[in-house]
Amino acid sequence: MAKEKLDISKHILVPKHTKLSDEEVKSLLEEYNISLKQLPKILKNDPAISDLGAKPGDVIKIERHSPTVGKTYYYRVVSNA
Amino acid sequence: MEKIYKKVDNITFNLLSPKEIKKQAVAKVVTAELYDKEGYPVDGGLMDIRLGVIDPGLRCKTCNGKLKECFGHFGYIELARPIIHINYVKVLLNFLQCTCSECGRILLDDATADKYRQKMEKFDRAKNLSLFRKVAKLVKNNAKSVKKCPHCKAKQVTIKLEKPSSFFEDQKRLSPIEVRARMEKVPDKDVYLLGLKPESARPEWMVLTVLIIPPVTMRPSITLETGERAEDDLTHKLGDIVRINQRLFENINAGAPEIIVEDLWDLLQYHITTYFDNNISQIPPARHRSGQPLKTLTERIKSKEGRFRHNLAGKRVNYAARTVISPDPKIAFNEVGVPKEVAMELTLAVRVTEWNIEYLKSFVKNGPKVYPGANYVVYEDGKKKKISPETQEQILEEFRPGLIVERHLIDGDISIFNRQPSLHRMSIMSHRVVVLPGKSFRLNPAVCAPYNADFDGDEMNLHIPQTEEAQAEASILMDVQTQIISPKQGLNIIGCIDDSITGLYLLTKRMTMSKPEAIKLLLSIGVDKPERFKKFKDKVTGNEIFSAVLPEDFNFIGFTKSYKGEKIKGKKPQDIEGYVLIKNGEMKCGFIDKNLIGGGNGTLLRDIRRLYDEKTSVDLYGKIFRLGIAVLFKRGFTIKTQDADLADNVRSKVKSIVNDALEDVEQTIELFRKGKLKPFSSKTVEETLELMILQKLNEARNQIGNIIAKSDEGENSTLIMAHSGAKGKIVNLAQTAALVGQQALRGKRIEKGFKNRTLSLFKPNDLSPEARGFVRHSYKQGLNPVEFFFHAMTGRDSLMDTALRTPKSGYLYRRISNALQDLKVEYDFTVRDANKSIVQFKYGDDAIDVSKSDNGTIDVRKVISEVLGE
Repeated sequence: MAKEKLDISKHILVPKHTKLSDEEVKSLLEEYNISLKQLPKILKNDPAISDLGAKPGDVIKIERHSPTVGKTYYYRVVSNA
Repeated sequence: MEKIYKKVDNITFNLLSPKEIKKQAVAKVVTAELYDKEGYPVDGGLMDIRLGVIDPGLRCKTCNGKLKECFGHFGYIELARPIIHINYVKVLLNFLQCTCSECGRILLDDATADKYRQKMEKFDRAKNLSLFRKVAKLVKNNAKSVKKCPHCKAKQVTIKLEKPSSFFEDQKRLSPIEVRARMEKVPDKDVYLLGLKPESARPEWMVLTVLIIPPVTMRPSITLETGERAEDDLTHKLGDIVRINQRLFENINAGAPEIIVEDLWDLLQYHITTYFDNNISQIPPARHRSGQPLKTLTERIKSKEGRFRHNLAGKRVNYAARTVISPDPKIAFNEVGVPKEVAMELTLAVRVTEWNIEYLKSFVKNGPKVYPGANYVVYEDGKKKKISPETQEQILEEFRPGLIVERHLIDGDISIFNRQPSLHRMSIMSHRVVVLPGKSFRLNPAVCAPYNADFDGDEMNLHIPQTEEAQAEASILMDVQTQIISPKQGLNIIGCIDDSITGLYLLTKRMTMSKPEAIKLLLSIGVDKPERFKKFKDKVTGNEIFSAVLPEDFNFIGFTKSYKGEKIKGKKPQDIEGYVLIKNGEMKCGFIDKNLIGGGNGTLLRDIRRLYDEKTSVDLYGKIFRLGIAVLFKRGFTIKTQDADLADNVRSKVKSIVNDALEDVEQTIELFRKGKLKPFSSKTVEETLELMILQKLNEARNQIGNIIAKSDEGENSTLIMAHSGAKGKIVNLAQTAALVGQQALRGKRIEKGFKNRTLSLFKPNDLSPEARGFVRHSYKQGLNPVEFFFHAMTGRDSLMDTALRTPKSGYLYRRISNALQDLKVEYDFTVRDANKSIVQFKYGDDAIDVSKSDNGTIDVRKVISEVLGE
């Protein structure tokens, strides 16, 4: 059994995950008039963000394909549990 | 009372300790007697007035409150011997198994225990309950199998649970006294290790020494007409408990033999167990004298008839009616036919004003027995007076603005109509009342689709909104015409069905009639356009008649089912099969079928709905629907067995196709036997053979279907219906007339039955079509016994499939709709839950309201061309 680590971020079924900067987070929260708690969550040890070094409280931006409009963005806050 | 608004942060559920029970209790129950000779509650009995009052005259001894002021207070019983609480047997077993029988410590050495404890404390602080429980489970599994206590070195005997509530250590039964003694010995820190918080739940509290008695208000007695009192089931059960408990006390004090005490003790255990839960599988349920099982604590809460689903989630209403439904194509689809009997019972409250006083007076004059009358008059002070021959005169004298008359339903009243299961929003729609004779609700067959109704005995509910606000809301939001486009797909869910489609198909495809006939037909469905009629020539075509219904400014391009996808450019519209062109309300070419006016895909109806307002749409829909029906009324339409007779040339063609296919299959099997069959990629040779046979036989059936479809329609009504899309497919006709074809079980030919063969009359490994469920006869010819058997196999299989799938998918849907019920699209187009947390950042990513779209999209080009007038 070869134990080579698979880079899942290159897999076609895994959409692109990026970490938002503090300013971006601020403007996102302002845009939707919400607190961080009201964002959808993502587990901090989710395989898709393991390479981003994200800490709880960070916001992850996900670039997804949507059948209705093509490219869309989704935001999830990193959570402990 | 001042209201206090607070957000609940957390809730903790604790076990009641004996101490806590005594603290809460206001009375000790010592006697099973309920009332004395005068019928007054006995002190120290189960109906003690310290526990609250249910008689209107009495006052509560504890809080001095009257009935309804006093919520009631708890009492308690001192049990003569401890009793195991049935709902905590599993936890107790767990504790008995994991702790030492001598010293009460957990059966783990201190180092391991500390390791687990630290983990649990960590998860506890993080409020991660699932991980906390996981560790507790780990502790349990590790400690359970230890044979020797690591603390006091005592040998451990495995403890078994003898259901429902006895514990055995080897052969010896542990009495609840012993169980309780052991539990008391377990130190707090070890209780924690097994997943309980010792401050809120100590294990010995699961063995009851005192029993809390719920307040009288929770178990009120009912006075029957005979004057007798009937006690609540809980009171009955508590009476049993108190009685046996007293006897147990007396016997112990009198020094009765141990066997008698044990028997009474077991009996008390039984009564207390059934008091908590009367549905324990090992225990016979406690029953009334009539033999009907008692409804005790668990049954009060649990399942469909329990407190949650029945009382809290279930609501009941007045001003509602329910009866069988039947069709009436002559009423509009936003109307509902209400039986006169119902209309005279259901009422609408109308306030008397200066302006309607005479009008409403006429209702009161008619009284409750003459339609349209009124049943009640409500006075300013809220007093309700029934209108009867005796009161009528006085009411009429006092009649003045400000009173409210509850009058009978009349035509045009707003109602809400519903058929269960209410799975989508079109299951509840608002209809206008039309009062009709008869005993069933009448509805236009076109609204069968949204309600998923048929007339094989279905019943539906009718509600009458009483206030003007409710009526306005129902009408604006729920009128049938607002629901024409389904929010599921953006297609019209309401369309013409059955006869209406057939009628319009025949009319536009092949009918012409004389001018008077045409005008008569149109007038009969409510189309009265003299200017248009003037344009009619002596012979009027079906298309001209249909065009007369359409508005003058209506433009439309559409395709019927028969359209094969030909290129349109450079061809005359008339030459393209299935091309329908309507210009300025004039049908230039083509004919009408399901694709234009049916539900789901009726493009013509959809365009009408998009281009005109609701009122015009309803009017047009109604006229189109009625035109189809009227045509069939005029022409007559029926199916006959001869519809399934094939012309001689067709029959011989069918025969040769079947024979060719069978021969082809035979050759393929031969090839397979010789081992010369080449497998498809990633398939075995056997699989390849099966696939090829299936494909060949299906191909044969399709060919036959096509031949039948092409045969002359003539007066073949079955074929007409299949072509128009009204009812039935070509396949159904092909099966009846030509051949039933291959019977398939789970996508394969039939192979079950005997070893290597389907029936014992075939040779083993017979792969021929006849031996594997191919039916070469038609339904009309009749099936031979073997074919019949195979056909019955697939028939039974699909019957089972539907019978099992319906409840399964129903429950699946119930779960998902409950889970999603408070998701909502906010004004900023985000989808949010009840906490206003975001679920989706833009509804459907495009924020399109599907019910206002065209099949889920908005075709901007189409909109522009329509606005600019093409």
